[in-house]
Amino acid sequence: MSKHDTPMLDELEKGPWPSFVTDLKRQAETKPECWDILGQLELSYEDKITHWKHGGIVGIFGYGGGVVGRYSDVPDRFPGVEHFHTVRVNQPSSKYYSTKFLRGICDLWEKYGSGMTNMHGSTGDMVLLGTRTENLEPLFWDLTHDLNQDIGGSGSNLRTPSCCLGQSRCEFACYDTQEICHTLTNHYQDELHRPAFPYKYKFKFSGCANDCVAAIARSDLAVIGTWKDDIRIDQAAVKEYMAGNYPANAGAHAGRDWGAFDIQKEVIDLCPTGCMSMEGDELKVDNSECTRCMHCINVMPRAMRPGKEQGATICMGAKAPILEGAQFATMIIPFVKIEKENEYEAVINVIESVWDWWMEHGKNRERVGEAMQRIGLANFLSIIGVEPLPQHIQEPRSNAYIFWREEEVPGGFERDIVEFRKRHAA
Amino acid sequence: MGYDPNNPMEGRITDIGPRYYDEFLPPVIKANKGKWLYHEIPAPGILIHTSETGAKCYTVRVGAARLMSIEHIREMCDIADAHCEGYLRFTTRNNVEFMTDSEDSMKSLIEDLKSRGNKFPIGGTGACITNIVHTQGWVHCHTPATDASGPVKCVMDELFDYFGSMKLPAQLRVALACCLNMCGAVHASDIAILGIHRKPPMIDHGHITGVCELPLAIASCPLGAVKPAKVVVDGKEIKSVKVNAERCMYCGNCYTMCPAMPLADPDGDGIAILVGGKISNRISAPKFSKLVIPFLPNNPPRWPEVVEAIVNIVKVYAENANKYERLGEWAERIGWEKFFEKCNIPFTEKSIDDYRMAYETWHTTTQFKYTSATASYTD
Ligand code: HEM
Ligand code: HEM
Ligand code: HEM
Ligand code: HEM
Ligand code: SF4
Ligand code: SF4
Ligand code: SF4
Ligand code: SF4
Repeated sequence: MSKHDTPMLDELEKGPWPSFVTDLKRQAETKPECWDILGQLELSYEDKITHWKHGGIVGIFGYGGGVVGRYSDVPDRFPGVEHFHTVRVNQPSSKYYSTKFLRGICDLWEKYGSGMTNMHGSTGDMVLLGTRTENLEPLFWDLTHDLNQDIGGSGSNLRTPSCCLGQSRCEFACYDTQEICHTLTNHYQDELHRPAFPYKYKFKFSGCANDCVAAIARSDLAVIGTWKDDIRIDQAAVKEYMAGNYPANAGAHAGRDWGAFDIQKEVIDLCPTGCMSMEGDELKVDNSECTRCMHCINVMPRAMRPGKEQGATICMGAKAPILEGAQFATMIIPFVKIEKENEYEAVINVIESVWDWWMEHGKNRERVGEAMQRIGLANFLSIIGVEPLPQHIQEPRSNAYIFWREEEVPGGFERDIVEFRKRHAA
Repeated sequence: MGYDPNNPMEGRITDIGPRYYDEFLPPVIKANKGKWLYHEIPAPGILIHTSETGAKCYTVRVGAARLMSIEHIREMCDIADAHCEGYLRFTTRNNVEFMTDSEDSMKSLIEDLKSRGNKFPIGGTGACITNIVHTQGWVHCHTPATDASGPVKCVMDELFDYFGSMKLPAQLRVALACCLNMCGAVHASDIAILGIHRKPPMIDHGHITGVCELPLAIASCPLGAVKPAKVVVDGKEIKSVKVNAERCMYCGNCYTMCPAMPLADPDGDGIAILVGGKISNRISAPKFSKLVIPFLPNNPPRWPEVVEAIVNIVKVYAENANKYERLGEWAERIGWEKFFEKCNIPFTEKSIDDYRMAYETWHTTTQFKYTSATASYTD
């Protein structure tokens, strides 16, 4: 494995943003297979096409996922990347690390892999990028024995759950996203490692409706923090904002002169429900009208806080466009308490009510969101035992093609045509 | 000890999950978890969180290339050891955060970060363009229609000023996925860079036997474009498949199931730009990104057409949107017809949905705005 000429990639060493090419070259000094990563990528830049072959099944014995197989289609020119499998390592909640642990991962990957990673993969795992088949078992041994750490999921299984940083550093968080994420990841290790689902299934936990882990767009089950009582208001702090003493939105817009802070224009008029007003010099919220969108709280974090009776809303069925088009998650459970004390029983019941049905009736490669569309929302609610609510829909249907169940109609569907004809000639 | 290939099940440990996050929290975070009162962003990339105990957490956020070497990770560990008691974290958008409980160590931390060239740009907070989330591209995947790390680097180089400042109307999230599978989930980004194929798969009849379970390949196509076929290879009739090119939308699902159906192509492949999506429920509901530029060529190493198109959209948005208004909210307020006009993007039939449920996106009202696009009717 020697250096290759990479004139095109060298262009990507220019410019102010950190350069992955520079980084690869630095790593190549101690891990020469990185020269072959660069060489093959340069070839792709010349040819405008990938030079990786279709995966192939490789993995850890006893696990159905967590490793993505990959082979070069030009191994003779770039032997260092002939096998280039990735290993997904299940990240700790919110991706905090001690340097001791991270250095352990680095040493492991120096020993068994290419030295390149993705910090992190899209689902949340640490992605160790590029190793050979024969290294997988020794790597897994060291990972579990020396670092007390497991790999994540891939395939038709529970994918590695993830969460926002939540209460660890965010005042908006309405529940402990880290703890439930960790607990459920461990609770469902079998579902995570051994694919038994029709297709992939993802949980994501965001502490509030800002949804920093994109749960509503990316997860089959999105748990999004909210509250059910009143927004807490500190009227003295409101006055500080109005006087310009506290920066609007914590200073997030400070880079431009937007003029003096105008509570009417920036908060009250932008409230999507119009439920805020000034009464004298007091800010009022009609909490029964509030949809908990977070805007006012985002703008005045020192004056407004989520209510005290906190929990989460559960939405279901988001997915990227493949196959049936993109879907956001649909609101299913308006409010649920997130309680460590009873081991998140309420959330687990919701999860398993869906799995019980989906595992039996979901089609191969059909996400839950697609299965929901196929059978209809009303049927889905009835299957998982949730009463239909006006909150489940944006608007009522505008056609009248209603399906009635036979038992809903007095006398049922069976009628006597002979009796009918006695009164109505044919 | 260590792994023994002759005895693989001996002493095996499985199903232990991730490490417990609590071991990895910096002391100030651990002591104040659940007690945070408010935060401030005194400068781009700096967050100060204040706890009800009075404690403060100073965070410095820096950008990073998601494709990262262990040498780089070790360098970050050195920084965290020197200033942050040996802890750090990564954000969902591939940024890195260094935290400390004192203003002094924050200052020395910032000096240290700045002394290391362009490796640790500080920013990514507030009304900015933070790091781009993206997928693998030509660095690892077998189905990409473009590279990922390269275009991301080129776009971030040009948008760099917005990373380290907070002068946009609202935050603007950019995401890149290198094929329709969208591992990078670009379907709800303010600006989405999406690799697309434009040619139906080829069929490698000579190799299909043995590598491909034909019923799976046939069932994989969402549009029913893959059909069984009998073909003659080396004088022998074999079972294979054929593709109805008129139905194919080049999604690559068949190739995922069947290695004998590659579809990537140097001229066919390129990038589409979608805009106006968002995740947050703030003010308006989450929105999907919408297709405004159907195709730009792959032009490595610097993808000038893609970079130019994105910089243009960002600039027009920055000049025209109201404070707090996300790109999609702005486009909806002024109307998409105005969006195309203001951004000087030619409207093409490709932006008219013709997939399932397309009708929902058609305009069923007489309320519209006259723009240059309607000039031939009004002039
Ligand atoms: C049918 C749709 C999909 C297919 C066929 C697919 C296929 C793949 C393949 C082949 C890879 C490996 C890339 C590599 O070589 O490392 C990959 C990686 C990945 N995919 Fe997907 N994918 C699909 C959809 C998704 C979606 C919707 C998500 C997320 C919500 C996702 C998340 C990931 C993640 C996290 C990775 C790890 C690599 C990375 O972070 O870039 N995939 N996928
Ligand atoms: C491998 C897969 C994926 C990765 C690594 C990934 C990663 C990310 C990251 C890091 C963010 C930023 C979120 C944050 O800053 O907290 C994000 C945003 C987002 N992701 Fe993904 N994502 C993936 C797949 C998907 C999929 C499959 C979807 C949709 C089905 C999706 C939809 C979104 C949306 C809508 C956003 C918000 C975009 C925005 O507002 O900019 N993502 N994604
Ligand atoms: C499956 C659905 C429908 C069926 C089977 C149906 C059937 C009929 C029939 C048989 C007539 C003739 C009645 C007569 O002149 O004796 C009729 C008339 C009419 N239908 Fe419908 N119809 C349907 C839906 C609709 C809808 C959705 C609309 C309007 C939105 C509509 C509007 C009308 C109107 C305006 C007339 C004429 C009434 C008149 O002449 O005064 N129909 N329809
Ligand atoms: C108006 C909407 C939003 C507001 C007010 C908001 C507010 C915040 C705040 C206050 C934090 C800091 C938490 C902390 O460091 O203590 C944060 C973190 C973050 N936000 Fe948002 N956010 C919004 C929307 C979004 C969206 C749409 C995304 C992505 C799609 C996003 C992605 C992130 C990410 C990645 C972090 C870092 C936290 C983590 O990695 O877990 N945010 N956001
Ligand atoms: S989702 Fe809400 S609670 Fe979680 S980090 Fe973002 S703003 Fe904070
Ligand atoms: S959270 Fe949203 S809906 Fe509720 S008062 Fe604030 S701005 Fe209005
Ligand atoms: S988006 Fe497509 S090409 Fe990119 S990593 Fe995912 S499957 Fe591969
Ligand atoms: S690329 Fe997609 S649409 Fe085309 S034949 Fe294959 S599966 Fe069908």
